[in-house]
Amino acid sequence: MLTLQEILETINMVQEENLDIRTITMGISLRDCADPDPLRARQKIYDKIMRYAGSLVRTGEEIEREYGIPIVNKRISVTPIAIVAESSATGNFVDFAQTLDEAAASVGVNFIGGYSALVHKGFTKADRQLIESIPQALAATQRVCSSVNVATTKAGINMDAIYLMGRIIKMTAELTESSDSVGCAKLVVFTNAPEDNPFMAGAFHGVGEPECVINIGVSGPGVVKKAVETVKGADIGVLAETVKKTAFKITRMGELIGRTAAQRLGVPFGIVDISLAPTPAIGDSVAEIIEAIGVERCGTHGTTAALALLNDAVKKGGAMASSYVGGLSGAFIPLSEDSGMIKAAEAGALTLDKLEAMTSVCSVGLDMIAVPGDTSAEVIAAIIADEAAIGMINKKTTAVRIIPAVGKKIGDYVEFGGLLGRAPVISVKTFTAKEFIRRGGRIPAPIQSLTN
Amino acid sequence: MFTQLKNESAGNRVIVTVLGPDRVGIIAGVAQVLASNNINILDISQTILQEFLVMVMVADISRSNVDMLTLKENLAEKGREIGVRIDAQHEDAFKFMHRI
Repeated sequence: MLTLQEILETINMVQEENLDIRTITMGISLRDCADPDPLRARQKIYDKIMRYAGSLVRTGEEIEREYGIPIVNKRISVTPIAIVAESSATGNFVDFAQTLDEAAASVGVNFIGGYSALVHKGFTKADRQLIESIPQALAATQRVCSSVNVATTKAGINMDAIYLMGRIIKMTAELTESSDSVGCAKLVVFTNAPEDNPFMAGAFHGVGEPECVINIGVSGPGVVKKAVETVKGADIGVLAETVKKTAFKITRMGELIGRTAAQRLGVPFGIVDISLAPTPAIGDSVAEIIEAIGVERCGTHGTTAALALLNDAVKKGGAMASSYVGGLSGAFIPLSEDSGMIKAAEAGALTLDKLEAMTSVCSVGLDMIAVPGDTSAEVIAAIIADEAAIGMINKKTTAVRIIPAVGKKIGDYVEFGGLLGRAPVISVKTFTAKEFIRRGGRIPAPIQSLTN
Repeated sequence: MFTQLKNESAGNRVIVTVLGPDRVGIIAGVAQVLASNNINILDISQTILQEFLVMVMVADISRSNVDMLTLKENLAEKGREIGVRIDAQHEDAFKFMHRI
């Protein structure tokens, strides 16, 4: 049945080309933990996370060893806390973040996502309260990730929320100044946020999700890059076919690990997210795939087309390989987490403008971008608004994870270490859209016909 | 290759891979670890890539005395002893990727 070549191919992917399962993320609904007494609510949250996710890390490690496939992260996503904490009579949501942090530490996961609010149409009292507590919550915790959905294609763009997020991001940067404003690396502003995304920092357990679920994020830019290199000079059709076949194989691994983990943990298997997620490791880079396709430096003219081709081929291959595909499912282009992107930015080939263009053809958005510390809240809000508009009009998820690193100037670096990597501080435009941003209100939902 | 594998062991098969410089006693060493744990070898295939030996064994662990993790450790230890890399992985890791 299996040939020696096939067995060697798999082993090579893992050992030489950084194939791994990026994350097993357990989604847990906390809706039944709501309680008028905040202490009781937090106790219920802690207990429920322990009950469902107690053996998550151990099971993940077992599977990792048995199949010989590294599973880099085990993580948890929960119901947006604004929904859960809404019933509690408390002025302080930061306590809830601390409870999540403690539960994550006890279970042994490195991140827990869901300190979130969904405000694309407007705020409830708790939504506003949660958002205003984000800077403190991210400064006071290690493992908690936060996200806010500010726009959808169906509802339009909540410009009040975007302006607020501009200020919240600035405050988060200031409160975590001593660690290069790392708080901002754990804060995502979404348009069309998916409810089943397994990837941090934007993971949360959506309200349409079951009680508990296992979602898988696969990776493998290194594998795709090697495959692309084998068809150097070949016609684009051959190239697309090669990427498709490779994406299929990578995704099959995710499907296997997902099914196995779900079965062993006794919870339903949700989705495989077929994103190409780079890491700072050499060769594990989406930028280098773009360059292997034939673009001299990622970010120059031709990058958007190459990325569109890559992203679509990955989806086609991945969709065939898994019974349920979901989450973000596309190529990630996080500046700080991709060594090729960093090089391209250093060389001046990759700018914020080009990154924005790239986000219109791939997941997810302006991700892990460090900008000067003196960038104003209005400019950050305007960057978010542009990204939200791309997502809303194109019916896709976009996100902004931007770090206005306190005290840093263009050419400086922010250093987060680990998977979050390091990023050069890149320039933003100095003209502002202050008056536009300060108008407030909502951008109406777009027309869905007349599609030019 | 591997066509005549016994069906009754399906789901309990591991793929043992050996990578490293060729020398006397590699098959013997691996086989000894497997035999001492009551693991039946179903198939062996090997090739030389440049000067490196690549050997793949399919083994049935349904009657094994040890669990998968202990087996992996035993094999890795034997590998260090004879100077090659030995690993064991559940067969599904390969089957899932290459077969639908």
